[in-house]
Amino acid sequence: MLHGAPVGWSHGQQVLHPSRAAYLGLVEALYADEFHFCSDLCAVDYLAHPARSLPQGVQPERFEVVVNLVSLTQHRRLRLRVQVPAGEPVVASLFTVHPGTEAMEREAFDLMGIRFEGHPDLTRILMPEDWEGHPLRKDYSVGRVPVQFKAAPLGR
Amino acid sequence: MSAPGPNIVETSEGAQEMGARQVTDAAELLREEGAVLRLAEGAVVDPGDYNLESVEEDDTMIINMGPQHPSTHGVLRVMLELQGETVLRSKPVIGYLHTGIEKTQEELMYIQGSTNVTRMDYMANFFNESVFSLAVEALLDVEVPPRATWIRMLLMELNRVASHLLFMATNGMDVGAISMMLYGWRERELILAFFEKVTGLRMNHNFIRPGGVAADLPDGWREDVLAICDAIPPRLEEYDTLITGQPIFQQRTQGVGVLTAEQAIALSATGPILRATGTQWDLRRDLPYLFYDQLEFNVVVGTYGDAFDRYAVRLNEMRESLQIVRQIVDLMPPGDYRVQDKKVTPPPRARIDESMEALIHHFKLFTEGFKVPEGEVYVAIEAPRGELGGYLVSDGSAKPYRFHMRDPSFANLQSLPVMLRGGLVADAVAVISSIDPVMGGVDR
Repeated sequence: MLHGAPVGWSHGQQVLHPSRAAYLGLVEALYADEFHFCSDLCAVDYLAHPARSLPQGVQPERFEVVVNLVSLTQHRRLRLRVQVPAGEPVVASLFTVHPGTEAMEREAFDLMGIRFEGHPDLTRILMPEDWEGHPLRKDYSVGRVPVQFKAAPLGR
Repeated sequence: MSAPGPNIVETSEGAQEMGARQVTDAAELLREEGAVLRLAEGAVVDPGDYNLESVEEDDTMIINMGPQHPSTHGVLRVMLELQGETVLRSKPVIGYLHTGIEKTQEELMYIQGSTNVTRMDYMANFFNESVFSLAVEALLDVEVPPRATWIRMLLMELNRVASHLLFMATNGMDVGAISMMLYGWRERELILAFFEKVTGLRMNHNFIRPGGVAADLPDGWREDVLAICDAIPPRLEEYDTLITGQPIFQQRTQGVGVLTAEQAIALSATGPILRATGTQWDLRRDLPYLFYDQLEFNVVVGTYGDAFDRYAVRLNEMRESLQIVRQIVDLMPPGDYRVQDKKVTPPPRARIDESMEALIHHFKLFTEGFKVPEGEVYVAIEAPRGELGGYLVSDGSAKPYRFHMRDPSFANLQSLPVMLRGGLVADAVAVISSIDPVMGGVDR
């Protein structure tokens, strides 16, 4: 446990699993521990792979928000994985602590449909403004270009 | 702090426009400035310094620079709010080159993946391939032969020089030194010719693959590399004469687009932009990967964090990279260039004619691919533009469950509004150029 969050290890990398409620507080506490640099924030949709290994006491949910923090003084990396339920895909925005997550949170919102509470400008960033849906979700089908010749029907 | 914006809706998010002027209240201004960015209590920026209210709304004009503007390096659109010639606010609008590479990656087997990722940041192909391969190898838990790792480092350092040479070319062109463009391209061509000899292609090589590299270095590579190492430093001296000491260039770039170290760190800027502010942070030295801990090199930092420092950092990084390349040439060991694990590496062509097992392995590898154990890993390397990260999630199948790329250009572009604020519109060109964004990497 670190700042009240379960700690796991993945290929020699330290991973914290805070709850959604404790997420922002943990990032602030880590900021006080000199993790001043947020190098990455992205989201993963575990719809098709629900049975991944998580530390005890962490309830798996459909979405995960993954944050990579760096301490420039201690030369250390730390990863946070926050479980986000499908019914209410909302987490707190890190903008007040790490303004550099602004574009990354917009990207996660645009492509995965996670909403970040407190983000100053939560609009689409990569997809067109009038796009429907969030393309990186696992239930978002990839498009098809109509072609003249179709694949052979199955069962022949 | 303002309440959550009105933009939180399910699918249609409205136009990517600048918010109304009234939205920019003092608190947000401070955040934009990177203020609250943990400056000491007394040093917090006084919002009174930025008296936007005194500017009449009618006095300002919002213009779009790009997406089809020669200085935006691809298809970057910057919305500028101008009062006369002064930039009050700005906002980069991206996505014009979005091709869904991360989604495509989920449909491709690991053995095909490096073909796809190499097209992200098309000026740093070897870095993209490396970060993908390193992530896959971490999950596979295979040990790559030393020669393969040294080949990767050799190609990456040469790639860094090629990328910075392209920056020299475009940066010179953007501030009006047209001849610089030709010189930059000319030197870059030396390196691209070597890449073509090694990989068969000038760009988008698909050469660094999970398990090693696609082929061994060609005969005579040592002479070719040393010829490059001999040819380029004198040309860099010429750049010093032509550009560095030139008063016009200095006036165009010095004190323009200044970013402080606190702002750069808070805005997640990496690479030459962060180092130009005086922050000593280079993943090659500070979080070593591959064999960089065995090499001697300096981390180049600037002082003022302006466009000139970013130019100077890149110029001197090329010199350091060429020094690294010379060391790699000396240290290059003999041996395999890819891991001898038949489940990961396809057999050599000649074996297929002789061995049934080789044929089966070849067929299975290219139809089914190899399976990667379940897990997740984040790897980061120092690309020419900063930290290039790859977050790979595997569900145990032959295709990545999710592969996210942390592209340095994408993060670095966030510094643009801070750099442009209060400057002249003519400086915008020099500032955008000094960030050196590659839109293929930004939009992915």
